[in-house]
Amino acid sequence: MSTQVPIAEGLFTWPSDTPRLLASRCTDCGNHMFPVQGGCSRCSGASTETVELARQGTLWTWTVQSYPPKAPPFAGNVDPETFEPYGVGYVELDGKLLVESRLTVADPDQLDIGMALEMVVDPLYVNDDGDQVVTFAFAPVAPSQESSRS
Amino acid sequence: MSDDVAIVGIGMHEFGRHEGVEGIDQGVVAVRRALADSGLQWNDIEFAFGGSQAAGSADTMVSKLGLTGLQFINVANGCATGGSALFSAYNSIRSGMFDVGMAVGFDKHERGAFRVDLKENGLEEWYGASGLALTTQFFGMKINRYMHDYGISEKTLAAVANKASRNGALNPMAWRRNELSVEEVSGSRMVSYPLTQYMFCSPAEGAVALVLCRADRASEFTETPVYLRAAVVRSRRFGSFEVMAPHLAAERGDGPTADAAKAAFEMAGIGPDDVDLAQLQDTEVGAEIMHMAENGFCGHGEQEDMIARGETEIDGRFPVNTDGGCLANGEPVGASGLRQVYENVLQLRGDAGVRQVQGDPRVAYTHVYGSPGISGVTILSR
Repeated sequence: MSTQVPIAEGLFTWPSDTPRLLASRCTDCGNHMFPVQGGCSRCSGASTETVELARQGTLWTWTVQSYPPKAPPFAGNVDPETFEPYGVGYVELDGKLLVESRLTVADPDQLDIGMALEMVVDPLYVNDDGDQVVTFAFAPVAPSQESSRS
Repeated sequence: MSDDVAIVGIGMHEFGRHEGVEGIDQGVVAVRRALADSGLQWNDIEFAFGGSQAAGSADTMVSKLGLTGLQFINVANGCATGGSALFSAYNSIRSGMFDVGMAVGFDKHERGAFRVDLKENGLEEWYGASGLALTTQFFGMKINRYMHDYGISEKTLAAVANKASRNGALNPMAWRRNELSVEEVSGSRMVSYPLTQYMFCSPAEGAVALVLCRADRASEFTETPVYLRAAVVRSRRFGSFEVMAPHLAAERGDGPTADAAKAAFEMAGIGPDDVDLAQLQDTEVGAEIMHMAENGFCGHGEQEDMIARGETEIDGRFPVNTDGGCLANGEPVGASGLRQVYENVLQLRGDAGVRQVQGDPRVAYTHVYGSPGISGVTILSR
């Protein structure tokens, strides 16, 4: 099995069997922001600390990416013959913020606002070193299954 | 009502696809047509604000229009580029600095969905690499949640695209001029659930130019001046739900459209009930539906019945997007907001031909929305 490497450093805890997204928390007002950033969008404070977000959340809204995005910037498969649609949604995490994410489900019949989701990693492409580059995604909560599709 | 600034000339280059014609040259055509409409010469123009997103710097057009030495300032403000040019022109005249000037917007985009420049939008590479960063996704997600919250049906989505196609068919300057049935709209390829291909506008080409002057000089140039009562641009506030957002706040608040609308009504000294027709940003059908409420023209959820009753048709109680909107005209970003003003000037002059709103409309409203969460509103009246 090839090594899995994250699409960007500092985006989520890695390597990990239970990866978590990394966010900034304003030390003045407690506002959470993703990804990590300096400065607070709510109170204009300049002091933030990096925190781990909850792994599980609920789906706030969603759509399905039905066609290959333009590459660049997209780094995944853009071959119209083999492109696999993916879901995109905003996931509410512990009442702190909504994070925009890929969803592992792309079937509208299996996506519902309010459904429980859990963070996983999703393979994007294989890089020049032969490593599998992964990004974060959310999957329906299924405790009996492994948390990563890889 | 403020009556400091008048629009005394309008010019447009047809929207659509124009092989072999540069965006800036479409801008030059629009300027010449606006000058002809006003009876002014290029060397009468004291200043200009102009811009495009993807077709170069507006001020280079002086080499084709004439090197008169005027003050020409380039504007780059995403989807509010045209609105920002107009805002700047408006204030340049209100301030007393100039009497006569122009606002011009033009564009020429590659085919397919907009390719987002991540750095320009303050975003990191992983966001686009992961397959996020598509405007179409935002529009699908926003209307999906709105349908869930306010009971808007798929049938209503299709009805908006059907109306746009019928209005576009009446507009000789529009790009798409064939009527699409509700069935054709619903049955077209799914792009970003719940939105299908014909529910979206496409990037396009085109240009619009406006000649503005001090209101007390308007009668020198036209018998039908249209007054700019308000021009407002607003960015997003904490808690709003905007395009190109890797995260949203947990709490919801008004977006830039509601803020811009309130400020514009205050500036004009009127309310939504005083408006006779509106051009509202319709990047896709859901945007038109949601923007009806966000701009204050109805309550959230009331659109379902309003549209079913035909109230937003040209012959309805409150016509919306009488020229076919972005859906029929396409979206050359730099020109799109000024296209809305162009249509409203035609309607207020009574010059809109077969798509003229009846009942002698006096007040007309425009609204643009775009990345990364900006809205521009104007209110015009006779």
